[in-house]
Amino acid sequence: MNIVIIGGGPAGSEAAYRLAGEGYTVDLVEKENSIGGNLNNWHQLFPDRKSAAGLVKELQQRLNHPGITLHIDAEAREIAESAPGKFAVKLSNKTVLHGSAVLLATGYKVFDAKRKEEYGYGIYKRVITSAELENLFTNRALATLYGEAPKRIGFIHCVGSRDEKICNYHCSKLCCVTAVKQAIEVREMLPEVEIFCFYMDMRMFGPGYEEMYREAQERYDIKFIRGRLSEAAENIHGQVVVKVEDTLVGKPLRMTLDLMVLMVGMEAADGSGKLAGSVQVPLYPNGFIRPADPHTGTNLTARPGIFTAGSCTSPMNLTDTLTDARSAAWQIKKWLTGSDKHA
Amino acid sequence: MPTLWGYSISAARSIDYDKNDQSFLRRLAHSCPSSKLCIGCGGCTAACSAGNLTEFNIRQLQMLVKRGETRETAEQLHKCMLCGKCLLVCPRGVDTRKMILSMKRFLREHDQ
Amino acid sequence: MYYDPFVLPFTIGLTALLLFLAVKYIRWIRTFRKSERRKIRKGMFSLKTFRAAGEVFSECLLHRKIYRTNPFLGYMHTCFGLGWFLLIVAGKTESMVYHTSAFNPPYFAIFFRFFHPAKETFPYSETFAFITDLLLLFILSGLFLALAKRFWSRIVGMRKTTKHRPLDLLILTSLWLIFPLRFLAESFTSGLRGGGSFLTNNAGEFFAEFLPLDHLTYPAWWAYSGMLGLFFVLLPFSRYMHIPTEIVYIFLKNWGIRQGTKFNAFSKIQMYACSRCGICIDSCQLNSSLQMDVQPVYFLKKIRHGKEYESLIENCLMCGRCEASCPVGLTHNALRLSKRPDLSRITKNTYSYAKNAAMPAPAKVAYFAGCMGQLTPTVTRSMERILEQAGVSCTYIDKEGGVCCGRPMLLAGNREEAAVMAEKNRAILKASGAEVLVTSCPICLKMFREEYGLQIRIVHHTEYIDELMREGKLKTVPGEQRTVFHNPCELGRGCGVYKAPENILKHVSRKIDTDFDGKKSLCCGGSLANTSIDGRQRNRIAGDAAKAYAAYQPDVLVTACPLCKKTFATASAVPVKDIAEVVAECCRP
Repeated sequence: MNIVIIGGGPAGSEAAYRLAGEGYTVDLVEKENSIGGNLNNWHQLFPDRKSAAGLVKELQQRLNHPGITLHIDAEAREIAESAPGKFAVKLSNKTVLHGSAVLLATGYKVFDAKRKEEYGYGIYKRVITSAELENLFTNRALATLYGEAPKRIGFIHCVGSRDEKICNYHCSKLCCVTAVKQAIEVREMLPEVEIFCFYMDMRMFGPGYEEMYREAQERYDIKFIRGRLSEAAENIHGQVVVKVEDTLVGKPLRMTLDLMVLMVGMEAADGSGKLAGSVQVPLYPNGFIRPADPHTGTNLTARPGIFTAGSCTSPMNLTDTLTDARSAAWQIKKWLTGSDKHA
Repeated sequence: MPTLWGYSISAARSIDYDKNDQSFLRRLAHSCPSSKLCIGCGGCTAACSAGNLTEFNIRQLQMLVKRGETRETAEQLHKCMLCGKCLLVCPRGVDTRKMILSMKRFLREHDQ
Repeated sequence: MYYDPFVLPFTIGLTALLLFLAVKYIRWIRTFRKSERRKIRKGMFSLKTFRAAGEVFSECLLHRKIYRTNPFLGYMHTCFGLGWFLLIVAGKTESMVYHTSAFNPPYFAIFFRFFHPAKETFPYSETFAFITDLLLLFILSGLFLALAKRFWSRIVGMRKTTKHRPLDLLILTSLWLIFPLRFLAESFTSGLRGGGSFLTNNAGEFFAEFLPLDHLTYPAWWAYSGMLGLFFVLLPFSRYMHIPTEIVYIFLKNWGIRQGTKFNAFSKIQMYACSRCGICIDSCQLNSSLQMDVQPVYFLKKIRHGKEYESLIENCLMCGRCEASCPVGLTHNALRLSKRPDLSRITKNTYSYAKNAAMPAPAKVAYFAGCMGQLTPTVTRSMERILEQAGVSCTYIDKEGGVCCGRPMLLAGNREEAAVMAEKNRAILKASGAEVLVTSCPICLKMFREEYGLQIRIVHHTEYIDELMREGKLKTVPGEQRTVFHNPCELGRGCGVYKAPENILKHVSRKIDTDFDGKKSLCCGGSLANTSIDGRQRNRIAGDAAKAYAAYQPDVLVTACPLCKKTFATASAVPVKDIAEVVAECCRP
């Protein structure tokens, strides 16, 4: 029996590998020209600082399985139930894939920081996003970015998350720990730089995360200011001047930064809504896909035969994404072997 | 009668929630329900046009009201210019102008 | 002497009405301030009176503005207003020709067919009969439409109509019965004694076939007179008070009386002049997006009838769409604002901290971004670029944070505090020595123009950019983007700036004309004047407005206000830009 997996990120790749191992044939659809999804834009992973490229490579190697057919540069456009329990997935390159189950692993998209105009992204030179910083890490370009190494860097948490002004009520979960991880990486590259994190709440939910936070303060001398950025301006030297309230002191604070990093949040990928809509799978108001039940029905959707894996249902870290993918593989197997089909 | 060990904090320094008048905070919650949404991020105070020029912390003042501490609010609130900049930066959608206007109204009634 | 007791109800009713109105209007006008009474005395004997008379004719009789908004509704109102007026004129002329004297009692003209023996002819008697019959038919057709509207308000293109109190229903019935009763009385008389023209004559012959007209005619005249009397007596207590009050309002308005900051006698005149046509309901986005019944028609009705209206005082965007569409031309924003209490607490310390604001460097041109403008760096950047490109040396007076213009405070009712802020800003402006003040915030613009009493030029950035482009100081290349323009409420309807943004966009983009150009522009929902609705509700208004603009498939939704820009940014699928950004992109050295 064949399964169509939409999305060649970590979730889709992991699920493909597991399902192929169970003897199913898998069509894995990826809209970019290589697999890995957003992971391709990362340098190192938290909490163990593993190389992201290494993990992508590992995922890629596992796909070298006779049961897996990879369709790159192909975007899934529409899912239709051609016969009961038979799904047809139309691709942008006119191919139609058929499967007894469809796994949505469409992931997330990074928030477009231009939408927070007052933060100056795209207007001021020295404002970059956390995704761009990862790229600078990979290219070892941070120290020479503006001719000389920055002396003070600020990380702005919650850009595009927990903000009703851009209609994103949700927490993206990962930005806090990513900021801590990136701050540590910056410290390793630039021992002299002063580093600040501007946060609303520190949400260090995962194993080892809180420890990393402690270490950041203790070993890496990273400073934390509790206050949300209201606006930023650019001074005559091209530096960024930020305005926050240091809420724990109770006073407004101004600070000049040589580099401001916006911790961009996660939003539902554009494809999720379109594909889910074509098979009447409901979404949360923020655009992520709604599972059949938040406790016992994860990986399942309101439509039997349509499954989900990874961050297309909510912001998720890599550990949870891979776990979720394996769980999805098991749910699909259960469905195809019929134990759940007529329940 | 059980003894409360170590509760004799200097009265001037502490918030005695039991003794504070709670009518103001109840009315604020009623007349501006969105004021309950504040998570104290301080975006409003950072943006504040008045706070740019003088000592004025709108986040702190409304928080004090919510704890029944109204004296400082009564002394400071008139500094607000009601320009609405805070309204545009609040990530929680607190209707800050409405909140301030409600507080202004209560203070005025209290004066009379 | 022509007289019959049946004319009494009409005569008594009319006399009572005229006395009541005279007393009421005189008492109101006597409470006007001296300066306003002087305006009336001066205006009365000037051309303004003729202008007012013209307006009374076009608005109270022809109902030109209603016609423009809704031809169906306009026709209905014209039937009643103009029809009834012409019927009175024709009747009076007829009676004068017959009587060869102008001094006959008012009832004689009204009940002419009763007193005038049908066999007796006089000059043009047939023509008169034809005209009055034609007018009666005209009015009856309007009546039919009014009935239809009451039962199927949708077919006349109105989504909603106001509800009535029992007294309103009574007077409505009496008004609607007047003309059918006149028709019956005249037809019966014609059927009995002849006379009349194509309508009443034929109807009379028809009725005579099966009705005992001997017994019905006289009661019909009683009923007609009684109904007129009843209508006149009830009129002051009903919405029809708008008929005489609208005329008074139009004259006062033309003589220069304006709604002040307090709800006073003139406000009452405005309140009574509201005809409750309901056009404001359809124009209001709080209705179309949020289904709220807060429009002027409800607001004024509640005040008039002593109902709870406090919750409505704050719930208004003051976008001015109702004002722009009001057929009576009532100043709804000023009326609503007059009910907002001034809670200012003024001491010598009020805003004394303004002295901490950085004093600007002197320059001929001063630019004021405004509080909201500090959250839209793209706008300020673009302005810097444009001014530099045009070689204008300019001082950015609130670059380091400034004092709010005061309009948001004023819109909340607190005029005194707003005045203190204005004072502080005047000092800052004076220090700059600027001769031109440019602002990109229409809210500030309106405040500077109306409340500051500045002796320098105050322009919006659209006006200034337009000027620079016309004078050739700012050179641009034509842009290819398809744009639609959202004219901010305070800029268009508020300050009357329509042409400048239009000119600019036609030069630097391919501007698409929309149904929302000019006075009909929508409100983004971000208005600071409304402190009642919450963020989600604002978002819904913004979303609906953005959708309406998006229907024209533009590449960019262009506006000219930092608040509009921020409001739309969350709700629009189409990219939103300030007009300054569009110009800056098309600048060439």
